[in-house]
Amino acid sequence: MTSSAIAASGLRKAYKDKVVLDGIDLDVATGTIFSLLGPNGAGKTTTINVLTTLMKADSGTVRVAGHDVATQTKAVRAAIGVTGQFAAVDELLTGQENLQLMADLKGMRSAESKRVVAELLDRFDLTESAQKMTTTYSGGMRRKLDLAMTLVGKPRIIFLDEPTTGLDPRSRRTMWDIIRQLVAEGVTIFLTTQYLEEADRLADRIAVLDQGKLVAQGTPAELKRQIPGSHVRLRFAGDAELGAAMRVLTDFTRDGEDDLVLRVPSDGGAKSVRTLLAQLDAHSIEIEEFSVHTPDLDDVFLALTGRSSTKVDAK
Amino acid sequence: MSNATTMLGRNFKHTLRNPVAVFNAILFPIVLLLMFVYVIGGAFDKVEIGGKYIDYITPGMIVLTICYGLSATALSVNTDMTKGIINRFKVMDISRSAVLSGHVVATMLRSLIAIAAVIGVAFAMGFRPAADFGDWLGAIGFIVLISFATSWITVALGLAAKSPESAGLVTVPLIMLPFLSSAISPADTMGAGVRQFAEYQPFTPIIETLRGLLTGEPAVNSTIVAVAWCLGIALIGYVWSLSTFKKRA
Repeated sequence: MTSSAIAASGLRKAYKDKVVLDGIDLDVATGTIFSLLGPNGAGKTTTINVLTTLMKADSGTVRVAGHDVATQTKAVRAAIGVTGQFAAVDELLTGQENLQLMADLKGMRSAESKRVVAELLDRFDLTESAQKMTTTYSGGMRRKLDLAMTLVGKPRIIFLDEPTTGLDPRSRRTMWDIIRQLVAEGVTIFLTTQYLEEADRLADRIAVLDQGKLVAQGTPAELKRQIPGSHVRLRFAGDAELGAAMRVLTDFTRDGEDDLVLRVPSDGGAKSVRTLLAQLDAHSIEIEEFSVHTPDLDDVFLALTGRSSTKVDAK
Repeated sequence: MSNATTMLGRNFKHTLRNPVAVFNAILFPIVLLLMFVYVIGGAFDKVEIGGKYIDYITPGMIVLTICYGLSATALSVNTDMTKGIINRFKVMDISRSAVLSGHVVATMLRSLIAIAAVIGVAFAMGFRPAADFGDWLGAIGFIVLISFATSWITVALGLAAKSPESAGLVTVPLIMLPFLSSAISPADTMGAGVRQFAEYQPFTPIIETLRGLLTGEPAVNSTIVAVAWCLGIALIGYVWSLSTFKKRA
């Protein structure tokens, strides 16, 4: 168990009569990225709160960096860094002062803290705005500063709660690069996300959380084998065209909601799409609507729980 | 540098960067002092208050100054709680009380600076207290005690408020209470209902104690009652603050 950065077993947490975590078991190896994937309200933030000593579980055990979260709270806190869902920066301080505040609270000497602050500003491309109040920062800059603040003192295990939610695509990519760099330096990352793509691109292991239970756990490849791949969605004008297409195509499934729609498995690439369209064209079958569909969180949930993630929300 | 001094430095920077807080804490009490003395002070020439009005009102204004500085504290405590930065502090290996005591000490320092300014202006306006050195020491000690007590209760109110907007509102009673005491005019000149209220609320003995010290005639009864009120308020504020702080993750 020495290689586990985070090990949790049998975590339960309820608010009054509402069960939020219902027996969670996790094991995160040192120096890897672990992603907890789930829709809003699945219990992701509660899990982070319990793992980071912000909240006590009703039952179950957690060891972080080899220390028990319940009894060795101080040792756990000294080993971890946490970036919450909402950028926890001080709005009345400048970017530099925010970082300096963290360095002071970590008890760094002034020469060391100056060096650390300057390094982090440079690394996160914030040197230019270092003297500006964080109220003037964009969402992406605030997230970067937030993460930079977490890195003061070089924590070995970092928790990121939805680090890219609400970021534009470019900022999201920057954040992914930073996360990859950290892992290259040997840091362990525990991140939560609503995006299958993000978990797929970053994580060594993914766990899918649904209503307080882990419904699947494995490498991205293992997980993707359990869910439907990408497909092409074809909608026809009427039953005649649909019937003709069903005779021509060999591999397809009917759509549960729309009788005139066929789903054809496909990698979504230009070549296979062209082949498919040419095949239908050769039989003069008109297509009314055409779209390429890549699996998202909703597909994962449909495949793993038989419900869509949005229906979980509505409950 | 200890965690508490780091937090104090942070809170002090906040104050300096918030012009409204600086205005409320320092300028507004001075404006009030000028208004009361020059606008309604003349009316007291005809009423027996045992001396000049400026000597009567200055102790009251000192207490009002402490109270005016409190809304900024409630607001900044609440902002810490609602804007997520508190969770950052909580998961760091730092002392829990540093966050709260940083607010309390910053509030007290801000009050003391403001009070020094008010007393300075009062002197320029003819304030001539009869207090000797010992009385002054007693007065300063008592001012620190009032500030300590009201700061802790304000931190508790700020922690308990749901949003920064309501945090601004919860300190309004604290700001209003000195007006309904003997701060500006003697309680026996007030209407029946208000007079009873003024006689029994904590700020009347608090202000009478300070007035006694500054006029060189310490009022023993008021002092005992006032110190008891302050210690009680401080204790309730402290206990309430810590329990609310633990509850709000």
